[in-house]
Amino acid sequence: MSKINFLKPDKDNLTIFLYMGSFLFVISVIDVFLNSFFSLNITGFLPASLSFIIPIILGFIGLYFIRIEHSGNKFLDQVNKNINTNNFNAILSLLIIFIIIKSIPPVLSWFVVDASFAGDSKDVCSGTGACWTYIKVWFRRFMYGMYPNAEQWRINLSFIALALLGSVGYFATEKFKKYLTLYYVVIYPFIAFLFIFFFISGGPIFFDFSYGIIAAVISIIIGFFIPSKFKFYYFIFVPITLYIALKYFIFYEELIELGKLDGLNWVETGAWGGLSLTFIISFFCLIFCFPIGMAFALGRRSDFPLIRYISIGFIEFWRGVPLITVLFMSAVMFPMFLPADFFIDKLVRCIIAISLFEAAYVAEVIRGGLQALPRGQYEAAKSLGMGYWRMHIFVILPQALKLVIPGIANTFLALVKDTPLIFVVGLLEIVGMLNLAKTNPEWLGFAMEGYVFAAIIFWIICYAMSKYSYNLEQKYKTER
Amino acid sequence: MELKLQKIIPQLITVLVVVLVFGFFTYNAQINMENRGIDFGYGFLSQESSFDVQFSLIEYDGSHSYFRAYLVGLLNTILVSVIGIIIATILGVIVGVARLSPNYLINQFAAFYVEFFRNIPLLLQIFFWYFAALRALPLPQDADAILGVFFLTIKGLYVPAFVWENLNVFLYSIIAAIIAIVVIRIHARKVQETQGKQLPVFWISVGLIFILPLLSFLVGGVSLSFEIPKLKQLATTSFKYEGGISLPPELIALTLSLALYTATFIAECVRAGIQGVGKGQKEAAASIGLNPNQVLKLVVMPQALRIIIPPTTNQYLNLTKNSSLAAAIAYPDLVLVFAGTALMQTGKAIEIVSITMLTYLSLSISISILMNWYNKKIAIKEK
Repeated sequence: MSKINFLKPDKDNLTIFLYMGSFLFVISVIDVFLNSFFSLNITGFLPASLSFIIPIILGFIGLYFIRIEHSGNKFLDQVNKNINTNNFNAILSLLIIFIIIKSIPPVLSWFVVDASFAGDSKDVCSGTGACWTYIKVWFRRFMYGMYPNAEQWRINLSFIALALLGSVGYFATEKFKKYLTLYYVVIYPFIAFLFIFFFISGGPIFFDFSYGIIAAVISIIIGFFIPSKFKFYYFIFVPITLYIALKYFIFYEELIELGKLDGLNWVETGAWGGLSLTFIISFFCLIFCFPIGMAFALGRRSDFPLIRYISIGFIEFWRGVPLITVLFMSAVMFPMFLPADFFIDKLVRCIIAISLFEAAYVAEVIRGGLQALPRGQYEAAKSLGMGYWRMHIFVILPQALKLVIPGIANTFLALVKDTPLIFVVGLLEIVGMLNLAKTNPEWLGFAMEGYVFAAIIFWIICYAMSKYSYNLEQKYKTER
Repeated sequence: MELKLQKIIPQLITVLVVVLVFGFFTYNAQINMENRGIDFGYGFLSQESSFDVQFSLIEYDGSHSYFRAYLVGLLNTILVSVIGIIIATILGVIVGVARLSPNYLINQFAAFYVEFFRNIPLLLQIFFWYFAALRALPLPQDADAILGVFFLTIKGLYVPAFVWENLNVFLYSIIAAIIAIVVIRIHARKVQETQGKQLPVFWISVGLIFILPLLSFLVGGVSLSFEIPKLKQLATTSFKYEGGISLPPELIALTLSLALYTATFIAECVRAGIQGVGKGQKEAAASIGLNPNQVLKLVVMPQALRIIIPPTTNQYLNLTKNSSLAAAIAYPDLVLVFAGTALMQTGKAIEIVSITMLTYLSLSISISILMNWYNKKIAIKEK
């Protein structure tokens, strides 16, 4: 055994340094652990300020002793490489370990140990922990807003049905795979719309909106059979004509009757709310903002200068203003721009506003993808004799969209996170309901529980979405 | 001939549609305003506003004009944005660098922070800080002093105010120091280019920036004292602090949540930027004998900044736009003061909403023009 130099740990005295270092480190951790879990202060005999920093000093010396390069001990090398590369890192590691140990007891006691779960009145919540009874009592309001309790099965049923219909893609056989795009882009949104229009609302709210949707769907389906040369003109004129025809000449009375399903009460959109409203708004905005954004992305790269400038103006306008002012506009300014007898539902105005707003962001993301494609792709497609639409639908967009999956996912995430802003127009989704419940005189003082609850829900949704987009990105990644 | 028509017709149709839509809107707006007896015009801006704002940087009360109210809101928005941007940048850079740390604990901690704060809606975070966290603070009379001079209470944060004498001399000394530093830097570069000698520019700069202002205290007659907030009893149960600067809880909640939220995005930008610099660059720099600090300063940072700055600018813009969420917790920013209170009082929906939107629009367009210019300046000049 050679001479020990305590200022310079070396390999020759590995065991001694290892034992001493681990001992000091473990003592420091135990000190903090006892302090935080059992409020025991084993260094209490020292002055307060010294006893506060003693675990850090002990741990630091301990980590210094075991910092021996190429010791031959695999575990030790691993530890040194990961948390103990130099003095600075050692202190940071210690601090993080101590913070984690310190923060476990209060968090645990607030969430679980001292929290109250039972009962259905405020009286059970007297402890220092969270009052989950509050969430339990208000759960239906947080999920469904002011939607009548007896009718809430309609929302549940619609969501379950839509989730099942949405998962069709997983079970499709090879034969039907090629129709999936058509299904998801046209048919599925249409079914979803019918569900929400007829089933959840149960009444004639979305009139003008529904004409628009029906006109759009019919014209898109017919559009597949129109020769590509006339497609552009077709898509400009036919949907509007169809819309006007539907609204004023053909189905006016019939549609109103159609809107009243037998046996379902009409629930006005003002009563919708809670998490289900978050889902409804996110869903529709997601459906609408994507095609609009794609159109403006193509418009911004168009060869026609007028179309290009209009697209640039549109995109930059929406990107330059905050969403809250857009919603303000939809609430107070937009009704002024419409004929006096023309009424659009608050929820629909909201959806239009958010869709246009997010469409501008989607447009910029897709433009990035279009710009990233090499020019050869365009030239190759053109040299095969493809027209503008054919080239974009079959060659350019599939590649460009693949490239921008992360960007689009981020935009959709932003959309979901922006839905609480609809409180501006008086619609209360989950955060709005929380604020309402918070001011209920019987349940004062439980703001924290409510916000934590909503935060957990949003966190799960957003985290799942971002992980899903990551998987999608990996799946569609093609070698270049 | 046919080709030309093919080019013109779609454009004409698009323009026609746009013009028709706008014409339809304007026509309806005119009729609606006639029906409701509202007249269009911006004359109301000079009228007396007759409402109060609880927090303003410039002198304001009900006797001032609506335009003054607009300015108050705008300044409050800018205040929140600037403080938020500063904190978010510092935090974002630290977290972004920490995510690349070889220390497992540190990078997991940073990753946890990013994933946590980024996936919760900003509005929810603002509500959380304002209604849940800051409401748990003590009343003014129970508050303990932090470092003896700061008081964090349910009514806001009270900090000491600076009381300057001969402030202008102090400012001149700082300006002089900055000019001197610039001159020395230019000189040092010249020396290095001609003689190959390196002057200790950094230490000279640090010295100058401290010594000149210090001299202004000793010689220039500048003096600084602090006005520490003092508790004052208004009634038996009502207390408040007097003196010093008070920051309302709305401002604290808003800047805190904006900074914590935006920092996650900035952290990701920073991480992407540093990762974007090739490993070979660092190795090459090390192999020509630069020390780690020089590698960072002369090789990595200039390249990383090119990647970092454009998306970070976007985040700054987002922060500025997100500051309009202030309306939700009644911090008197542009949206609350102007698009809220002023709109309610005058009923001039079109004028006020358009002014508000134009303000944000010009704010973001000017920042993006500035950043485009900067971006072009630092872009790689290929030979």
